[in-house]
Amino acid sequence: MSAFRTASGGRVDRARRLRFTFDGRAWEGLAGDTLASALLANGVHLVGRSFKYHRPRGILTAGAEEPNALVTVRRDAARETPNLKATQVELYDGLVAESQNRWPSLGFDVGRVNDLLSPLFPAGFYYKTFMWPRSAWARLYEPVIRRAAGLGRAPEAPDPDRYAQRHAHCDVLVVGAGPAGIAAARAAADAGACVILCDEQSEPGGALLDGAPAQIDGLAAGDWLARAVAALAADPKVRMLARTTAFGYFPHNHLGLVERCTDHIAAPAADSVRERLWQVRAREVVLAAGAIEQPLVFPGNDRPGVMLAGAARSYLKRYGVRAGTRAVLVTATDAAYQAALDLHAAGVAIAAIADLRPAAAGVWVEAARRAGIEVLAGAAIGGTRGGRRVSGVTISGRTIACDLVLMSGGYAPSVHLFSQSRGRLTWSDSMRCFVPSQSAERERSAGACRGVYGLAAALADGAAAGLAAARACGFTGIERGYAVAGESATHQAPGATPPAVADRGKAFVDFQNDVTIRDLVLAAQEGFRSIEHVKRYTTVGMATDQGKTSNLNALGLVAARLGKPVPDVGHTTFRMPYTPVTFGALAGAARGELFDPVRTTPMHEVAVARGAVFEDVGQWKRARYFPRAGEDMHAAVARECLAVRNACGVFDASTLGKIAVVGPDAAEFLNRLYVNDFAGLGVGRCRYGVLLREDGFVYDDGVIARLAADRFHVTTTTGGAARVLAMMEDYRQTEWPGLAVWLTSTTEQWAVIAVQGPLARRVIEPLAAGIDLAPSALPHMAVAHGRIAGAPAMLFRVSFTGELGYEINVPAARGVAVWEAVCAAGRAHGITPYGTETMHVLRAEKGYIIVGQETDGTAVPDDVGLAWAIGRKKPDFVGKRSIERAGIRRAGRKQLVGLRTRDPKIVLEEGAQLADRPGIPAPMKPVGHVTSSYASAVLGHSIALAMIAGGRARIGQTLFVRVPGGDVEAKVTIPVFYDPEGARLHA
Amino acid sequence: MIVGGGGHGLGTAYYLAAEHGLTNIAVVEKGWIGGGNTGRNTTIIRSNYLFDESIAIYEHALKLWEGLSQALNYNVMYSPRGVMMLAHSVHDTQMLKRIMHADRANGVDNEWLTPEEAKAYCPPLEIGTHLRYPVLGATLQRRGGTARHDAVAWGYARAADALGVDILENCEVTGIRRGAGGAVEALETTRGLIRTPRVGVVAAGNSSVVMGLAGVRLPLESFPLQALVSEPVKPVFPCVVMSNAIHAYISQSDKGELVIGAGTDAYNSYTQRGALHVDLHTLEAICELFPAFRRLRMLRNWGGIVDVTVDRSPIVGKTPVPGLYLNCGWGTGGFKATPGSAHVFAWTMAKDEPHPYAAPFSLERFRDGAMIDEAAAAGVSH
Repeated sequence: MSAFRTASGGRVDRARRLRFTFDGRAWEGLAGDTLASALLANGVHLVGRSFKYHRPRGILTAGAEEPNALVTVRRDAARETPNLKATQVELYDGLVAESQNRWPSLGFDVGRVNDLLSPLFPAGFYYKTFMWPRSAWARLYEPVIRRAAGLGRAPEAPDPDRYAQRHAHCDVLVVGAGPAGIAAARAAADAGACVILCDEQSEPGGALLDGAPAQIDGLAAGDWLARAVAALAADPKVRMLARTTAFGYFPHNHLGLVERCTDHIAAPAADSVRERLWQVRAREVVLAAGAIEQPLVFPGNDRPGVMLAGAARSYLKRYGVRAGTRAVLVTATDAAYQAALDLHAAGVAIAAIADLRPAAAGVWVEAARRAGIEVLAGAAIGGTRGGRRVSGVTISGRTIACDLVLMSGGYAPSVHLFSQSRGRLTWSDSMRCFVPSQSAERERSAGACRGVYGLAAALADGAAAGLAAARACGFTGIERGYAVAGESATHQAPGATPPAVADRGKAFVDFQNDVTIRDLVLAAQEGFRSIEHVKRYTTVGMATDQGKTSNLNALGLVAARLGKPVPDVGHTTFRMPYTPVTFGALAGAARGELFDPVRTTPMHEVAVARGAVFEDVGQWKRARYFPRAGEDMHAAVARECLAVRNACGVFDASTLGKIAVVGPDAAEFLNRLYVNDFAGLGVGRCRYGVLLREDGFVYDDGVIARLAADRFHVTTTTGGAARVLAMMEDYRQTEWPGLAVWLTSTTEQWAVIAVQGPLARRVIEPLAAGIDLAPSALPHMAVAHGRIAGAPAMLFRVSFTGELGYEINVPAARGVAVWEAVCAAGRAHGITPYGTETMHVLRAEKGYIIVGQETDGTAVPDDVGLAWAIGRKKPDFVGKRSIERAGIRRAGRKQLVGLRTRDPKIVLEEGAQLADRPGIPAPMKPVGHVTSSYASAVLGHSIALAMIAGGRARIGQTLFVRVPGGDVEAKVTIPVFYDPEGARLHA
Repeated sequence: MIVGGGGHGLGTAYYLAAEHGLTNIAVVEKGWIGGGNTGRNTTIIRSNYLFDESIAIYEHALKLWEGLSQALNYNVMYSPRGVMMLAHSVHDTQMLKRIMHADRANGVDNEWLTPEEAKAYCPPLEIGTHLRYPVLGATLQRRGGTARHDAVAWGYARAADALGVDILENCEVTGIRRGAGGAVEALETTRGLIRTPRVGVVAAGNSSVVMGLAGVRLPLESFPLQALVSEPVKPVFPCVVMSNAIHAYISQSDKGELVIGAGTDAYNSYTQRGALHVDLHTLEAICELFPAFRRLRMLRNWGGIVDVTVDRSPIVGKTPVPGLYLNCGWGTGGFKATPGSAHVFAWTMAKDEPHPYAAPFSLERFRDGAMIDEAAAAGVSH
């Protein structure tokens, strides 16, 4: 057993010894230890280096508020976690931990030179220097500063661990399982409420884990705790979550909790979940988050061996560790005396208690003196001595040798979650801290987090809050109390005390960020009056502990400096998270295929089997082309294009958005929405529809078929399906609620098989039943119902290729069978499956636009040659007024045209910019840009579509496409390259 | 009078004093200077926009960034670390290449990287095909980068103060008093009446509220936009990476924190906080693209209120009210524009006519339809 471990007591398991290493050196601890308690048990106090001055640092606290003792815990190359607080790292056998921010070693850190040079580096020094010469910041100074900054190293390998997420609902969520939280959970559950009780520590109990010398309901506090916890655990209405931090409080009682499931286990199962995010929606919330002891600010208050009094007591009572052999307590409150008395009783020599209060007196002082401890009232603390460990402290001019300095500036209620919820805080003069005053949510604070201290008071407060929460949920419970005996005499107000210290030496306010009193004074001198400015200028409160041990002291100091009362200075905003939360827990299982749903068409597997290359279009996987052996994309697309132009091709168009618009007012609805006239569209006919935004710019397009007088089948672009439906619903519900029309997304109900090419009719004819395919019966832009290959089908005669074409719509489940039947029927005609790339070439040859490629949110119908689609007799449609505005009618707008490169082999890059003269040096104003560009196999030359200022007036002119290495000459043409008369379409 | 003590407002005051010789200038700020979006953004600076008008004003800003520390004698830590924008689909590729070509024609640096080149420039980036949306390529603007946001507000404030500008914090405008002819006469504030013939409103997310005091309705929507940082780590991320398609925006600060931009909430709001699911979505994207960062931890999250126009471009110029000028609508991308915005707005106020770079961004464009729709090129999906 190590020298600093007590012979008995505490909550560690003395029978289970655990080995661990710190910076490569092997040590031993006990089950139940944290890394911090295990190090202290071995007499190790130097555990880290500070951020800026690289000063040696020890362990300040025993909990989540730790600013100094940051370590990296390494399980393997891919499981390395930086910046963990040693006070929270639970020990397991084989744990490997390393200190951070030091080089070459923790004991000898070259960065320490910053400490000696610190007069050069006060707060904000970097704003005033490093500016000359101009390029030196980014090239010289910044890289040096960056290397010096940062804490641990980021892992380099992908994290293999699993993370999970859960949603949960409850009547009452209780945050914090100390006495107040346990009493609240008990009261709420007894009243019948469904309760979640979470606590960030490895076991419930809070302050009771540090061994309260009292009896509750006739039992020793520890025994009462065990019973209370067992009863809650056995209650089916109560869910207890240990190692679970409530980190965020969002509107409407939505809280984020993160549960650490395996970090305390030596060898977690391979499939286990490392962390779990809980999103809890609670009807009522009870915050019982406790309070955080505050340091005193005096020169050298950061040396290893200077520790919060409550932390030293926690190490002794919970972990059986004496944090030193000879201690001095520096305190400004009664609350810390218990620590000195307990350490004294455990054999730690208490050299003195330096009480900063001028009139220190009362039961605690008497108790200390009875124990033979010297109490120095009205003490002035001059500073500490020592290197990697404190060796002495100067009190009122007298130096007292010691290896442990306990300090206490009182407690600050943990109001973080309360404040996150937008509850209003108020300053308590008596306790010198902020306490909750007015809740913004259905929330109550109980116990120390609202300044109610002492065991009996906390139990009563918690029980009352739990009962009130349950009653607010509609349960009727009865009040019950707890009989507490033997509790130590009531503390005087244990709130934080403003430090009144001479301005010499380094007196740290924010330990991790190395912010001293001088830095705060400097900020005030430089005119920073707002506490938010002081925070940003000095970085106080911005370290990984987010000011849990520094904000209140900083506030007191700034207020004193400005000569204002603290509440007039105010406090900085409390933000989520309460403590840092692993990215992985927030990202959950979303990675790879699970990152975003993959949508596939009914015929997807057929395309996979045929060796298709896919592209992502929104969430969809679409076959881009079907290469044969030895073909690249260019060769495959050329072959597919020629097949469609000369014979027949088959294309999976299932991803097109489809919306059923049904009702007596369906035609009126579409008439108001789209630019086209839909009132006059006959049943069985289709029309190409153009949809504008309110500002008149093209939003979507697609073929719309009238299936019956009161029924339309609307198709949208693949990417536009959801937003068009949303826009339709928006108008239906808010603008035209009087219209009787219903909207249903049918995108995934239909498999859509496009059969395109001069032989398309011959392919489909033998498969069609009950449909007359004769051009007179089913002309271009008509739709018929019947059966195709035995499946009930809607057969559209539509074309996005410029060829005779059909789109077969069959129920999704029949898609594969019909596809195979089409392919079989087409084999004799040379049917060729083609993909989206071929579809793009074919439509570009015909000058058909793609919304989002030819248009970019600034094109009105006329710009892209769609003015013909506008129903002239319609009184109104969405965007009508907008496209009549002055800016829309002015000359020189970009218009859709075609481009033919002088060299037919050059395929322009899409997005390339155009000039009307060659060789204009940048910067210049382009006249337009290439929107689509392909090699056209059927034409034997490249083609491009472009949006060009005043483009239609430029047809026949030569423009110059700006590409690296020179300009490419191109002639402006009409945007239709193939069959401009449309004869093939109507074949 | 300038209403709004953010970077744009303080900068406007500075340029009015420094370049236009105005002497009786004050900035009123309802909170503390730089406490709005200036202090809440992810500090990305770039000028790789799509439309000529946007490129002109953002490039004007970028050129000012390059000498801002020296001009203000305050280190704003402009760091041209390179801004990389990722393409994950054929459509992304088309759009990013169009932007690249447009930038280069306008004399703005922008280049195309293959996935391997992108990985070489940013080693933590995952480019494997196992990604749900693999990286197909990227544009890189090498002059793009980051700056220290607070320093921008403080630097302008200090320089303006030195030129005699009054900066009044905790001074909220409660009314805009207009004379018989409709022109501005005075501002009513929580600290009293201030008579003035010229008012520039630079109030970002609260622009609609302030302009409402003068009876002017704006084509703006205000949304909460969130950002977050990780705990500090040693240098691991050398540049800025943006993925518009999967919503990831990330860089590393000088202090070592990974600075990550999240999206806007769907609903209008003036509360400076957003919903949790927006952050979750952001970190899903970050962890997908940078899987080694999964074990890092979110240290701090916050929200700002962005004022968004229908075409995602700002409004800079005159208003129907004589003497009242407006600079707003920077949406999710205002920080990078700060010096340029302030510079042309000061010019506009001093000369009572729009600076040539500001002219296209008039309020009238919404009436006339001369939109500059940067939605496709904007950093955040709306």
